Amino acid sequence: MEPRTTADVGGMGHSLKRKEDPRFIRGRGTYVDDVQLPGMLYLDIVRSTHAHAKIVKIDSAKALAVPGVLAVITGADLAKYNLHWMPTLMSDTQMVLPVEKVMYQAQEVAAVLATSRYAAADGAAVVEVEYDPLPVVVDPRKALEPGAPVLRTDKKDKKDNHIWHWEWGEKAATDRAFTEAAVTVKENIYLPRIHVASIETCGCIAHFDKIDGKLTVWMTTQAPHAIRTVFALVAGHVGLTEHKIRIISPDIGGGFGGKVPVYPGYVIAVAASVLTGKPVKWIEDRMENLQADSFARDYHITAELAANKDGKLTALRIKTLADHGYTDAAANPSKFPAGLFHVCTGSYDLKAAHVEVDGVYTNKPPGGIAYRCSFRVTEAVHTIERMVDLMAHQLDIDPAEFRMKNFVKPEQFPYKSALGWEYDSGNYAGALQKAMDTISYAELRKEQAARRARGELMGIGISSFTEIVGAGPSKHFDILGLKMFDSCEIRVHPTGKAIARFGTKSQGQGHETTYAQILAEELGIPARDIQVEEGDTDTAPYGLGTYASRSTPVAGAAAAVAARKVRDKARKIAAHLLEVAEDDLVWEPGKFSVKGAPSQSKTIQDCAFAAYTNHPQGMEAGLEAVSYYDPPNLTYPFGSYICVVDVDAGTGEVKVRRFVAIDDCGNIINPMIVQGQVHGGLTMGLAPALFEEISYDEHGNVQGGSFIDYLVPTAVETPKWETGHTITPSPHHPLGAKGVGESATVGAPAAIANAVVDALWHLGVRHVDIPITPAKVWKLLREHGVRG
Amino acid sequence: MIPAAFAYHAPKSLTEATALLAKLGDGAKVLSGGQSLIPLMKLRLTSPPHVVDINGIQGLAYLKEADGFLRIGALTRESDLDESELIRTRYPLLHDTCKVIADPLVRNMATVGGNLAHGDPANDHPAAMLALGAQVVAVGGKGERRIPIASFFTGPFETALEPDEILTEIRVPVPPAGSGGAYVKMERKVGDFATAAVAAQVTLAASGVCESAGIGLTNVGLTPIQASRAEAALKGKRPDEAAIAEAARLAAEAAQPTDDLRGPAEYKKDLVRVLTTRALRRALERATARR
Amino acid sequence: MQVQLTINGEKHEADVEPRLLLVHLIRDVLRLTGTHIGCDTTHCGACTVLLEGRAVKSCTLFAVQASGKQLMTVEGLEQDGKLHPLQEGFMAEHGLQCGYCTPGMLMTSVAFLEKHPKPSEDDIRRAISGNLCRCTGYVNIVKAVQHAAAALQGGA
Repeated sequence: MEPRTTADVGGMGHSLKRKEDPRFIRGRGTYVDDVQLPGMLYLDIVRSTHAHAKIVKIDSAKALAVPGVLAVITGADLAKYNLHWMPTLMSDTQMVLPVEKVMYQAQEVAAVLATSRYAAADGAAVVEVEYDPLPVVVDPRKALEPGAPVLRTDKKDKKDNHIWHWEWGEKAATDRAFTEAAVTVKENIYLPRIHVASIETCGCIAHFDKIDGKLTVWMTTQAPHAIRTVFALVAGHVGLTEHKIRIISPDIGGGFGGKVPVYPGYVIAVAASVLTGKPVKWIEDRMENLQADSFARDYHITAELAANKDGKLTALRIKTLADHGYTDAAANPSKFPAGLFHVCTGSYDLKAAHVEVDGVYTNKPPGGIAYRCSFRVTEAVHTIERMVDLMAHQLDIDPAEFRMKNFVKPEQFPYKSALGWEYDSGNYAGALQKAMDTISYAELRKEQAARRARGELMGIGISSFTEIVGAGPSKHFDILGLKMFDSCEIRVHPTGKAIARFGTKSQGQGHETTYAQILAEELGIPARDIQVEEGDTDTAPYGLGTYASRSTPVAGAAAAVAARKVRDKARKIAAHLLEVAEDDLVWEPGKFSVKGAPSQSKTIQDCAFAAYTNHPQGMEAGLEAVSYYDPPNLTYPFGSYICVVDVDAGTGEVKVRRFVAIDDCGNIINPMIVQGQVHGGLTMGLAPALFEEISYDEHGNVQGGSFIDYLVPTAVETPKWETGHTITPSPHHPLGAKGVGESATVGAPAAIANAVVDALWHLGVRHVDIPITPAKVWKLLREHGVRG
Repeated sequence: MIPAAFAYHAPKSLTEATALLAKLGDGAKVLSGGQSLIPLMKLRLTSPPHVVDINGIQGLAYLKEADGFLRIGALTRESDLDESELIRTRYPLLHDTCKVIADPLVRNMATVGGNLAHGDPANDHPAAMLALGAQVVAVGGKGERRIPIASFFTGPFETALEPDEILTEIRVPVPPAGSGGAYVKMERKVGDFATAAVAAQVTLAASGVCESAGIGLTNVGLTPIQASRAEAALKGKRPDEAAIAEAARLAAEAAQPTDDLRGPAEYKKDLVRVLTTRALRRALERATARR
Repeated sequence: MQVQLTINGEKHEADVEPRLLLVHLIRDVLRLTGTHIGCDTTHCGACTVLLEGRAVKSCTLFAVQASGKQLMTVEGLEQDGKLHPLQEGFMAEHGLQCGYCTPGMLMTSVAFLEKHPKPSEDDIRRAISGNLCRCTGYVNIVKAVQHAAAALQGGA
């Protein structure tokens, strides 16, 4: 798409250099831990060594004797204010600090408040906690067995560990399709617990000013406005009302979903500040971050796919156990306990589908947040892309050809999926064809055959995913009742410069740049003349925040709508200045001119000046607008990825040799930033595919709870990504854009897993769960007779 | 992660340092590169009341050949090894090794002496030095002594160093013509300890027969392991594929790994076989090139 | 204990506990907050600074070890209002997103390019392998370093 604006204006389609970079490359960003207030106290948290245990005693004496330690806060202290439990986003309950028992290893047990970081750590090291161990439930399948210890003893009527059952789709029709199918395939797929591990951990500074009764919290949050409301709802009874709460989300060092929830540490810091009247800083360390903050995934999936004798897919059936840990603290829209998992029919035209998910309690940390992914979409994509590949291999049809045959066709859009979603637009075959051409697919298959003849293990994997982002239409989407709109407020100053504020919060996505570009596109005001602000609830309009790739689809749309309101008013002013009727004006970015007399024109800057100095009688002064955008539908970005792997038969190591990613996110605002988002997303697709997992032993001891064993890939493990795009605009988004931050994370793991299975299929290997570690591959190879 | 408090000592001479160590006994830890010690202290897995920082002692960082040995000062940083022309051209096994220890930033601080004195079976230099038949020089209250590397590692995180001794130098015999070595490490990612790694050093006679072979194994036992039977199996033989395979089999037998997140023991044992094969092949290639 | 050190050409003195980590001296005491902390186990490199010209992880050094030494942090890269070519490169090539790992990446790359003015892509990838980035996928960081290498060559 050719940009409509000049490079000087820098509207959509320009690879504008980022407005946020000058501060970051000088080390002048302001992240939460960079904020230091006079008299600030520090909080350090004592964490459970047990996965399930009664707390017999917490002895604070030694800690209180440490110089600088002021207090040791326990659940009993919070219980006095009824703050020891808090609600989760899924209307379950979560402990802030326990009074009776701990439910997972690394759970918060007590907090030490001290005058310095070091004193707080010293104090935390000597708080003595006596535990009485209880039976531990780690495996969600065992958690559901009769006689399993009931974990949520705090819930009076709870007799088991089952949280909820959710199902979607037409069961009878699906079962019938399976009965009638010529071919079916079935596989158990496990998507393990992983952690977003943003390089900045979570933390906050809570500052309660006792004189004016106002609480200010600098906080690593992706959703400051919703957090403010949650704080007011949770702590209203102790006098924290919403007009006296200010959440500031400063620069955020990566979020990816991990900075959506309210963690106990935040609440304890707030409580400590309210009690002491002093600023209190809590910054978690990496191990706390990995061991206690919300996890992603942990889905045990059994999937079945049916096809007719011609290789046409007919139906999908899925049953899933969702391990939520000890409480359902997932970050999903309220109506969807399994998120948008039911987008699992993916890019394929299936006539019937049925999905069941059961949520289960175990002795693990809570969560069920995203890992740079819209709600449970990676789980859905991985399942369908693995199953489609399995079916293709089973039928001995090339996986690319098989996909082409079964894709939803461009002419079928808007397309109603078997599970009820209305896909806005797509050209799946176009993206796959482009990926195949880019990587020379046919040549690769020849090379693979030649290598296989020499005993070498090379695999080619495809993933043709469909995303579902931009939550969401208010009819179906809310979190704790808050509808999932988002917002933009624009003020154009008399001299034609502008400030725009948003309800979202960038964590590296480059909002300050892309939002300015949207406004530049719509108003013709150069992007450099537009200041973008987010993250301060005292100044920004209310919005639900940045996650699930919703900033462009929702707040980006709000920007366009607000800008058009500004433009409408500017048109009135221009008509007034030019003494013509509004209908006689023609708009081009930045300028109204008179039809047939282009030399008679007024710029947007002229109109802005007049809005304050010479506005028409009867019109209010000023040039401002606000939009709270309620999207009419979700957007459905998509793409096709092709990956080439080489498997080392000796060590089991998988090397990604090439990876071509063709993405379609509709119209593109900033090509440079979109490409950067895809690079990052691909790397966070590679990571869980080959490296990352947080697991638990039978005692509930966490494994992989530090960067020693939680293997975030470096530049050496990460391949040189090859990217490209097709453009299929969203028909309902004001800019035709769709969102892109998470596409690659969602789509990449299946391409890698499919490539590994493709490399080993001829040996008899049918499936391997991610992360595909060398040890796992080695085992498969040896089981299938390869000695290496 | 905050370390517990300690008293800091920065001796300016070896005499001062060893006297301090003698006085402080078990309560003191020697701080060299600190890239193992400081993380352990931050995690409070160790909290020594005294830290003796030897970085202020002059003359402990050098690389030179003298008296038939490559002499490596204990405070030589891994990155110095990496950048040394001497190491790159004459000690390929060491050059391989210093490139795969932790990551480049850690290697800017980490020292060769520390890598050995820490006694960690997962560290990389121990296997390399075992393969090279090195000696370490230790200085203590009773003076200086040389310890053959084969008797240096006495247990997990334990070495033959007395509490008042400081490792000051590593001596690697200058390899004769026809020698070559290689270090092959399997790691899950950069910065990880080895899932398993193998150091191999061979010397070929003019006839092509293997005159001597050294094979050291990393992170497959409670201490670094010298695969003596594998070494013996090569000695005096023409190192063809069959001989390499036999040596690799014997090296795998010598490994005593345990299960962990890097993989099950049987995997690691098999890795030793695979990596020994690869290390020997590369070492032999290099030896052949230097004949 | 009293420590004296020079950071970005400026002399600083502080009275510190021996256990104070260098990164905490830099950030909390001297308030140079461009140097970040991202892990506990010496893996992430967000805290990378130059100590006597070598890139090191300042979370794995005690402040007392840096006494009497020359340090450089990200704040010292810009000289007389002129950005370092690496800073220019990171902006030009979109080598950063959230910006949290960026100071560490920059400091590692500064030291690296001084010793390796004409690096290959593979050299660069290895050189930055002690620094984790979660946002960029490294491709553009590599390009940023290449960009700076070319600029430094051109300027030489």
